Amino acid sequence: MSDSDDAKPVKSIKTPMRLAYQYTAGQATSRYLRGIGQGRILGQRCPSCKKVYVPPRGSCPRCAVATTEEVQLSDKGTVTTFAIVRVPSENISVPLPFASVHILLDGADIPFFSVVQGCPLDQVRIGMRVRAEWVPREELAPTATSIRWFVPIDEPDVPFEKLEAAL
Amino acid sequence: MKAPITEVDGVLSAPHVLEYPYRRSVGPVLSRFFSALRERKILGVRTRGGRVLVPPSEADPETGTAVTDDFPEVGPGGVVTTWSWVSRPREKQPLAHPFAWALIRLDGADTALLHAVDAGDIDSMRTGMRVRPRWRAEAAGEIGDITCFEPERAGGAR
Repeated sequence: MSDSDDAKPVKSIKTPMRLAYQYTAGQATSRYLRGIGQGRILGQRCPSCKKVYVPPRGSCPRCAVATTEEVQLSDKGTVTTFAIVRVPSENISVPLPFASVHILLDGADIPFFSVVQGCPLDQVRIGMRVRAEWVPREELAPTATSIRWFVPIDEPDVPFEKLEAAL
Repeated sequence: MKAPITEVDGVLSAPHVLEYPYRRSVGPVLSRFFSALRERKILGVRTRGGRVLVPPSEADPETGTAVTDDFPEVGPGGVVTTWSWVSRPREKQPLAHPFAWALIRLDGADTALLHAVDAGDIDSMRTGMRVRPRWRAEAAGEIGDITCFEPERAGGAR
């Protein structure tokens, strides 16, 4: 709908864009998603450079080799970068405002995209320690929404130098 | 929100919808066009060279100069100048059954408007055919106020 008041000139119109895909996860990401459905975060280690990828895609983009070794990761990690989202939009299920973050899970070598809740937003910072907040056990499913968001934990910040390599 | 997840040979698959619910401001010229749709009128705009652009734009695409302040009413009927048949309409397209996307030069206009034509079947579509708008019951000042165009001989609704 446009402007509801018939007497006023139309100032704006909706121009929605909708791309309906069928996403097929592939072998490695399917194993990862099945792990998420059991409340576990699984990555894969590159046999060549030893880097641990999460979510795994089945290969190492740097070494161009297949990754098969599965690694179970902690659901704790460190914020490597963030942005505060204050602008409302349709299709956002997280209460506004929130912090959109990259989190380097303990044991992983690439950051993981999520959301931080549970603290004043001006406290969100690079190096902050966080833990995944899962949906209740009975609601776990092989989908990214099984992790609601991450919440702060009472651990000392990780110095930037220790995160630098993973950025 | 539970997506219907399917599995083939251990590989998971699910629908993934990317949706951008944009709203754009229309500017003074298109504002006239969309506001008039609420009254079931289709307005063009006259260029300094005398051509009538439908849908109207703020500048004459041929010369780049600003258009005049003359907004003549065009149509409602017009001529299909080219078209493409949609045999399997997607969700949220104007019609749920097969239709044509067509460029329609409305009577009194010098350019063509893109809209759907409800011709029933592909054999009823042809370049040069006359069509007229089928208006939606509720006007809101948007292009969807015209549900689609239909062949002029179909009779019945205005």
